[in-house]
Amino acid sequence: MPDLSVNFAGITSPNPFWLASAPPTNSGAQVMRAFDHGWGGAVWKTLGDPIVNVSSRFGSLSYNGKAMIGFNNIELITDRPLDVNFREIAEVKKRYPKNTVIVSLMVETRDEWRDIIRRSEDTGADGLELNFGCPHGMCERGMGSAVGQEPKVCEEITSWAVDASSIPVIVKLTPNISDINRPGEAAVRGGAHALSLINTIKSIIGVDLKRATPLPYVAGKSTNGGYCGPAVRPIALHMLSQLAQNPNVGVPISGIGGIETWHDALEFIYLGATTVQVCTAVMHYGYRIVREMIEGTENFMRENNFKTIDEMIGKAVPNYTEWGVLDLNYKRVAKIDATTCIGCQLCHVACWDGAHQCIHPQPTSRVPVVDENECVGCNLCQYVCPVAGCITMEDVQTTEPPMNWLEYSDLLSQGKITRRFGH
Amino acid sequence: MTERFLPLPNGRAEEQLNDAKPLYTESQARAESNRCLYCFDAPCIQACPTAIDIPRFIKKIASDDLRGAAKTILDANILGHSCSMVCPVEVLCVGRCVYNDMKVPPIQIGRLQRYATEWLFSNNIRLYAAGEPNGKRVAIIGGGPAGLSCAAELARQGFHAVIYEARSLPGGLNVTGVAPYKMHATDALREVNYILDLGIELHTGTVVGRDIDIDWLQANYDAIFVGIGLGADGRLDIPGETQEGVVGAVDLIEKIKLDPTFNLNGVSQALVVGGGNTAIDVTRELLELGVANVSLVYRRDENSMSAYAHEWNAAKKCGATAFFGRRPVEIVGDGRASGIRCVKVSPASRDKRSSLVEIPGSEHVIAADLIVVAVGQAKLADTFGGVDGLVFEDGRFVVDAETGRCGQTKWFAGGDCANGGRCARSC
Repeated sequence: MPDLSVNFAGITSPNPFWLASAPPTNSGAQVMRAFDHGWGGAVWKTLGDPIVNVSSRFGSLSYNGKAMIGFNNIELITDRPLDVNFREIAEVKKRYPKNTVIVSLMVETRDEWRDIIRRSEDTGADGLELNFGCPHGMCERGMGSAVGQEPKVCEEITSWAVDASSIPVIVKLTPNISDINRPGEAAVRGGAHALSLINTIKSIIGVDLKRATPLPYVAGKSTNGGYCGPAVRPIALHMLSQLAQNPNVGVPISGIGGIETWHDALEFIYLGATTVQVCTAVMHYGYRIVREMIEGTENFMRENNFKTIDEMIGKAVPNYTEWGVLDLNYKRVAKIDATTCIGCQLCHVACWDGAHQCIHPQPTSRVPVVDENECVGCNLCQYVCPVAGCITMEDVQTTEPPMNWLEYSDLLSQGKITRRFGH
Repeated sequence: MTERFLPLPNGRAEEQLNDAKPLYTESQARAESNRCLYCFDAPCIQACPTAIDIPRFIKKIASDDLRGAAKTILDANILGHSCSMVCPVEVLCVGRCVYNDMKVPPIQIGRLQRYATEWLFSNNIRLYAAGEPNGKRVAIIGGGPAGLSCAAELARQGFHAVIYEARSLPGGLNVTGVAPYKMHATDALREVNYILDLGIELHTGTVVGRDIDIDWLQANYDAIFVGIGLGADGRLDIPGETQEGVVGAVDLIEKIKLDPTFNLNGVSQALVVGGGNTAIDVTRELLELGVANVSLVYRRDENSMSAYAHEWNAAKKCGATAFFGRRPVEIVGDGRASGIRCVKVSPASRDKRSSLVEIPGSEHVIAADLIVVAVGQAKLADTFGGVDGLVFEDGRFVVDAETGRCGQTKWFAGGDCANGGRCARSC
């Protein structure tokens, strides 16, 4: 039986699946229900000086009739009294001692940090997460992503919190920055025991054309919100892997951003996350999705002989590298399986208009053919094909030894080879 | 939209019959349109007799441009609304959807098409206007699908189109003859009105050759288009056929659709003679109107029926049965039909169109209180036999595929009177 338990910066958790600080962790009743469904941990909805929210608050990005492939919100931190939150956290921790409860915090002054950390610790919570990521509303007040975007401030506030805390401190980073390493390193310099990322991306989710107003709609106006959901996953994976490779970071990371399935979760773990946090998928489908995440992970581990989550953490990190060291002599080409092809010719039009003009229609058949000499192996046809397994990308045997861009540039400058051109 | 000819009187049998494929809801249309793969050089377009750019109109439905969707449809086929319901899509566009090859349910193209055109009509949006008048006049004989689509095209190009329709209602078989589970007469008339609103002049109850002189037409119009469709129901030409209780299929369907005094009281056993699509339609209509037993009487076997297999299968699901390999030789009865005397026949050879050989001693009577004859319709082109230069073959106009002319510069023909009775599309 695979063991899903993890140790995250000294915090033990029955599994790596945590709820992110968000509406699904707004109250004790919710978090307890989530734990009943199997969630290993929960990061409580951010506490601070309670705010007042607007109506409406959420926006959805739909694609081909599928709602919420991207999602954004303009909801702020908790709007419930702090003492109510703390009482409920204590209650949850008492009733679910094995589950992880992290308190997310966002305040301004050093005194406020000291005070709210003391009260958080009193609940019996397992750790703190400093919300340096919220990109809407709170940042206008000098908090949230305003902190995460200023490495010096990030480092300083982290150190205040670490000084005041006797439990592990996680710093939650904003992706609204050009280089995630700078705030990541700053947080570690400030003493953070762990990092979590990504918070949401500054965004406008859409525009109501009839009312000429961005969304979500609030009395004739709107504002930028925080973007999340499946569409942001690639951005999160990239930032995660940057930190996972950074020798100046070296602390556990909790991966966040569009995770919905066991496969998504394992992608984060393979790129260096120890735990993952989920919000949008739960807002879409409810707490119950964690069962598929747990069972899917267990099945994957059984099939691939992994006994612990630790064995999988960072497994893909060594294979994440720079473009300049990729092998220019590696070649793959598309193959179309005529027996399963349904003749939609989406591969043809995509290749013809959007790629390298090497998939051709045939006069006597709806099955197009690939001109393998011209195919650059770009993968596009495989992605537009609606039939599973119909188009495969296959390696071409090459006699040339591997050569990357750096080597190519060297040889070129030495006049030992001639310049290569694409088709 | 002008509401000519509407509403039709209440109490028509057709009103009891529901659409087999009801109008999609917004959610259904959204879900189905988003399933479309938007194939390149799509097979569905190739299969459409009017070459509607199907993936394009479906993409427009999916992206919430219903006006654009309707325009894509009607640009190719002004009768796109009725065709969405009447077309045998299973053997045309839907039958060619690539999803069939994936063993995934094909896109319901007809239903999406209806959703778009229905939106247009319901919102009373006019996409087309009459063209700048060019001073030319065209007489159109017959106000059915062929005549209407011809008139629409002419009007848009600036011709003055004048339709002469023999019946009291325009629309032809779309109004009088389409099975109600596909399309109701009201829907067909809404489409007719949409077209007539282009400024087309219509004279109903006007028979050319009787009320209007053909020579006068020739003298007073720049061109003449004949779209008269087919004539009366064919007959079996056997003894006893004139008794009460024997009706032609097209006649009966027209009564079901339009006659508020028509009913089927006392009918519990109906026989429908024929094996074509009209026979299947009438069988299904009778069953759905509550006739307990409805059977086909067909001279060949099930596989030889000219009806679409999907239509016959649907009729069987409604309870239809059949007597195959029977040739009616007499309608029995005492002035009121009580059955068909049949003789069993079998094909002389394996050839599908082989002659049939009677089986000696096989004569028997199948009882019925209603006998419906569905063996085709008469051809009408003979009316125009006196016009110099017109070319006919087997009672139909022979039309030049490129020009649409039928042997004479001024004369054009299209629709069932030219092609022999296949589908609602125009020339």
